Amino acid sequence: MSARMIADKTVKVILFASAIVSILIVLAIGFFIFRESIQAWSEIGVGDILFKTVWRPGQDQYGILAMIVGSVSVTLGAILLGVPLALGCAIFLAEIAPAGVQAVVRPAVQLLAGIPSVVYGLFGMVILVPLVRKLNVPGNSGYGLLAASIVLAVMILPTIASVAEDAIRAVPENYRHGSLALGATKWQTITKVVLPAGKSGIIAGVILGVGRALGETMAMIMVIGNSVIMPQPLSDNPLTFFLSQARTLTGNIAVEINYATGVHESALFATGVVLFGLIMIVNASARWIIRGQKFIEKAN
Amino acid sequence: MKNISKSVFLVVSLILVAAMVAACGGSSTPGAPVSDPSGGNSTVTVSGSTTVQPLAEKLAEAFMTENTGVRIDVQGGGSSVGVKAAGEGTSDIGMASREIKESELIEFPNLKIIVIARDGIAIVSHPDVNVGDLTIEQVRDIFSGKITNWKDLGGEDQNIIIVSREEGSGTRGAFEEMVMGEDALIAATAILQPSNGSVRTTVSTTPYAIGYMSFGYLDETVKPISIDGVAPTEPNAADGSYPIVRPLNMLTNGEPAGMVKAFLDFILSEAGQKLVVEDGYIPVK
Repeated sequence: MSARMIADKTVKVILFASAIVSILIVLAIGFFIFRESIQAWSEIGVGDILFKTVWRPGQDQYGILAMIVGSVSVTLGAILLGVPLALGCAIFLAEIAPAGVQAVVRPAVQLLAGIPSVVYGLFGMVILVPLVRKLNVPGNSGYGLLAASIVLAVMILPTIASVAEDAIRAVPENYRHGSLALGATKWQTITKVVLPAGKSGIIAGVILGVGRALGETMAMIMVIGNSVIMPQPLSDNPLTFFLSQARTLTGNIAVEINYATGVHESALFATGVVLFGLIMIVNASARWIIRGQKFIEKAN
Repeated sequence: MKNISKSVFLVVSLILVAAMVAACGGSSTPGAPVSDPSGGNSTVTVSGSTTVQPLAEKLAEAFMTENTGVRIDVQGGGSSVGVKAAGEGTSDIGMASREIKESELIEFPNLKIIVIARDGIAIVSHPDVNVGDLTIEQVRDIFSGKITNWKDLGGEDQNIIIVSREEGSGTRGAFEEMVMGEDALIAATAILQPSNGSVRTTVSTTPYAIGYMSFGYLDETVKPISIDGVAPTEPNAADGSYPIVRPLNMLTNGEPAGMVKAFLDFILSEAGQKLVVEDGYIPVK
C-alpha cells in the first residue's frame, strides 16, 4: 500500500470513529437516564407518574401530568406568538428585502440565537412579568404562561426564521415567474404559490422550534412561577388560562435535582425520560417532513 | 456495506455492555463507615445547604488564614445533599439548615450532628402590604391557601400571592416543620423560587406577595412581619421570644478527627462564633 493510500484509509477511519462516538453518546445518555429512572417507574408505577397531577415528593406523590401540560401549553403559546413573527421575518428576508437590508436583518435575527437563556430569563423577570401583572385579573401574579410564552417566542424565532427562509428560497424561480406572468401580484405569488410550495420546509422549521421550546429551562424557571398546578383560567374569560402559573418538565428537573435523593431523584430522571421521548418524537417528525420536501424537489 | 453495519452494531453493543458493567460495579456502597474522613489530608471538603454555605465559606477563609497549608472546599447542593454527602463519605463535612430527619438517621446511623449556629426564618411581604403582624396560625392558613385575601387579615381587598421555596430546600423544610406542622401543606398555587435571593426579588417586586426567608437575607426591599407581636430580629430569636428558629448543622460520619475536627472546633470557638454573629445568625455559645 502506498503512503497516500494509508493516509486516505487513516482519515476514513478517524472520521468514521467520530461519527460512531456521537451515536454512542446519544445512546449512552438515553441509556443512563432510563436506568436511573427504573426505580421510579417500578415503585411508583407508570400510570401514576404519567397521569396524576399531584407532585409532592415530601408526601411520596410523583405525578408529572401537570408538568407535561405546562410544557405543552407554554410551547403552544410560544408557537402562536412566535410563528407569525418568524414567518413574516423569513418571507421578508427571502422575497422582499434588498441585499443591503438583508445584510443587516439576517445577522440581527441570528444574534437572538446567541443570547444566553439566563439573559432572556432576566429580561422576562424584570420587564415582562411586571407588564403582565398590569392585566387586572384576580390572582394574576405576572409569573406564568403568558410571560413564559413571550420569552420563548423570541427564543425560537431565529430557528424557525432561518429554516423557513431556506425553504422559501428553495422554491424554484420558475414558479414565481409563472405566477407573475399569469398576472398575479407579488403578494398573491407569495401567499398562493411560494408558501404552499415551501410548506413542508416551513413546517419542519416550526417543529424544530417546538423541540427547542420544549427543552428550554433556565428562562422558564425565572418567569413561569414553577407552581405544580394544572394551568387553568383565572376567571370566566378562557384567555386568562395564559395568566396561570405552571411548571415545565425541564424546570422540574432543574429546580429539584439538587435536593433529590432516592425515589425523588429517580422520579426526576423519569421526568427526563418523558422529555427525551417528547423531543425525540418532535425531531423525528421534523426529519420525516424535511425528507418529504427533498423528495418533491427531486421530482421537479 | 452490510458487514460494516453489522460490525458497527457489534462494537456499539459491546461498548454499551462494558459501560453498563462499569457503572453498576463502580457505585459505592452507601453508609459504609469512614473512621477518619480527613485521613490526615490537608484538604477538607464541605457541601450541602445553600443557607449555611456563605457562612461556611467565611469560616473556612478565616480558618485557612490561620492554618496555611490547609484547604477547605465549600460547595452548595442543599441540605439533603449535605446529609447524603456526609453519610456516604463523599464530603468530609455535610451542611444542613434543618433538623435531620428520622429516615436519614436510619440510613446513616453514624452521623454526628454539630449545631454551629441558629437561624430565624422571617415572614416577609411586599413593602406596600399594610398588615404587619400575624399569628402562626394565620401564617399557616395563608400558606396552605385557606386565607386567600389580605382583607381577611385587616388589609386591602387584594389576593395574597404566596412565594415559597422548592421541595427539598432546607429553608422550606424548616418552615414546614415549624409553621405548617404535620397536616397543612403549602398551597400548590404558590410561586416557587429556587433560592433565598430569588424569593426576596420576587416578593419585593410583586405587590401583595408574601414569602419566607432566612434572617441573613433580610433587607429593606421587603417588609418583615411580626409573629404574635414579636419582630423577626436576632435578639428576639436569641432570647426565644421569636418562634421560628432552626439549627444550622454540620454533619460528619462518625467522630470528627484531624483537620475536620480542628475546623469544627474553630467554628465553635470564640473567633468562629464571632463570624456567626457578623453574618446575622444566632451563636450557639
